[in-house]
Amino acid sequence: MSDTNTVSDRAQQIVDEFSLFDDWMNRYQYLIELGDDIPLLEEDQKSDDNYVHGCQSDVWIHSELNENDEVLHFRGDSNAKITKGLAALIIRVLDEQPPEAVADADFGFLDDIGLHDHLSSQRNNGLKAMIEAVQERAKAEPQET
Amino acid sequence: MPATTQPTPSTASFDVEAFRAEFPALSQDVYEDTPLAYLDNAATSQKPTPVIERLNRFYGEENSNVHRGVHRLSQDATEAYEGARTSLARLLNAPHKDQIIFTRGTTEGLNLIASTFGEMVVGEGDEILLTEMEHHSNIVPWQMLAEQVGASIEVLPVTDRGALRMDLLPEMLTADTALLAFTHVSNTLGTVNPAQDLIDVAHAEGVPVVVDGAQSAPHMPVDVQALDADFFVFSGHKMFGPTGIGVCYGKREHLEAMPPYQGGGDMIDQVSFEETTYDGLPHKFEAGTPNIADAIGLGEAAEYVMALEWEAVQAHEDAVLEYATERVEAVEGTRIIGTASDKTSVLSFVFDDIHPYDAGTVLDREGVAVRTGHHCTQPLLKRYNLPGTIRASLAAYNTREDVDCLIDGLHKVRQMFG
Repeated sequence: MSDTNTVSDRAQQIVDEFSLFDDWMNRYQYLIELGDDIPLLEEDQKSDDNYVHGCQSDVWIHSELNENDEVLHFRGDSNAKITKGLAALIIRVLDEQPPEAVADADFGFLDDIGLHDHLSSQRNNGLKAMIEAVQERAKAEPQET
Repeated sequence: MPATTQPTPSTASFDVEAFRAEFPALSQDVYEDTPLAYLDNAATSQKPTPVIERLNRFYGEENSNVHRGVHRLSQDATEAYEGARTSLARLLNAPHKDQIIFTRGTTEGLNLIASTFGEMVVGEGDEILLTEMEHHSNIVPWQMLAEQVGASIEVLPVTDRGALRMDLLPEMLTADTALLAFTHVSNTLGTVNPAQDLIDVAHAEGVPVVVDGAQSAPHMPVDVQALDADFFVFSGHKMFGPTGIGVCYGKREHLEAMPPYQGGGDMIDQVSFEETTYDGLPHKFEAGTPNIADAIGLGEAAEYVMALEWEAVQAHEDAVLEYATERVEAVEGTRIIGTASDKTSVLSFVFDDIHPYDAGTVLDREGVAVRTGHHCTQPLLKRYNLPGTIRASLAAYNTREDVDCLIDGLHKVRQMFG
């Protein structure tokens, strides 16, 4: 994997993109657009196993280990657009990363996109729950030593 | 402010702008150049200066433990604490101040009743009658009791508009009904339930009644003797008082017969390792050092509320609710949840195609504080097949201008998600 594709590189890319918008409404609109492009899971993947508890809306995140290159593939969905956008941000930094990179990923970049002040104050948005869910699953995958 | 806004009329006996000015938290920007429109009063109300200053004075001048010390400060604190109990008794028109038990809030009051009175009167095979619009706080303690003693929960349904099916009440009160517990005002729908009828019909069958007054105490005068309620519980913080303090009123014969709720200091008469005898009312139910400061703060809030001209305040609140209802209905794609004929202070609604969480997030950024979600009434939301609602809830200090902020916010929601 090239160096420009690490979790932190992708996080920086997202921060750079959000910095182009100077007001909260445009940032939210961009977040919603990112949510529209999320790799959706199949209806039968909207299972209890993939359901993320602790959100005000319904959220599912599916992860699957690709045996060949030993990276995780993610899909997600939510019936709330902002939550779906947040899921898209998480997936974008984690998709096709090895399980240990997912487990160790730092989401501090969310502080820098101009939304986190607002988002972090609400436990119901499920941001924390989504991050915990994907990292726990990554830890359960076989790790490279 | 949109051109359509009419200034909120003030009546001779209720000057809303002067009233509003007494609540410092209302005059702030929550984001840059974004003033707060606080419409989450069913969750908690803001506090007026007299209550804030009373707390300050207690901690600054009177702080001491109650009921024990012979010293001056302890006597002052005890006097203030017991004085607050007297204020609360006047607020509810309780026959005596020792029928006012201080609790942490409505939830603790209901748990107290369930684990003391409930265990006395509910037995195996009995039924506890609730309504479909109850808050989880008025469901779960009864479920825990029912499980413990082998009783069952029965549920009086609501209509599509959000009124209780009073026609079904007589048949649901069976020979096995041991207790009725209902909310005076629905926190999700705003429905004012016919408390007097519910109590009278239950009493005719010999069934004692617990009233959850969390949403009624802040919006109407309550007379527990006229209602003849066996128990009436509410929280201070929704009624301009501090958090962490509430009241459980009970009829004397019940309170005297009930065992203590918790054991500890302050609730005993004599203690030895062989036997303990308990103190009388109300101390029997107030184990440990009580929440002295907040009880005194609540006493101040009660005095504050009693000084209001209720008729004028209610006319104002009803007018703002009606205005809010009309304006929300006029926003494309909205549907009001809860259209019972007797309502107060709560406006719940949904967008056909926008999740309440998305709407609430954008409203927040516009300075509008509402609550979204199930409002701790999951069975009720299931009845209406909804994941949640957007709930704007009023207090006496809200104005049409607050409603206009909500409407502007809803148009922005439509623009972003519609």
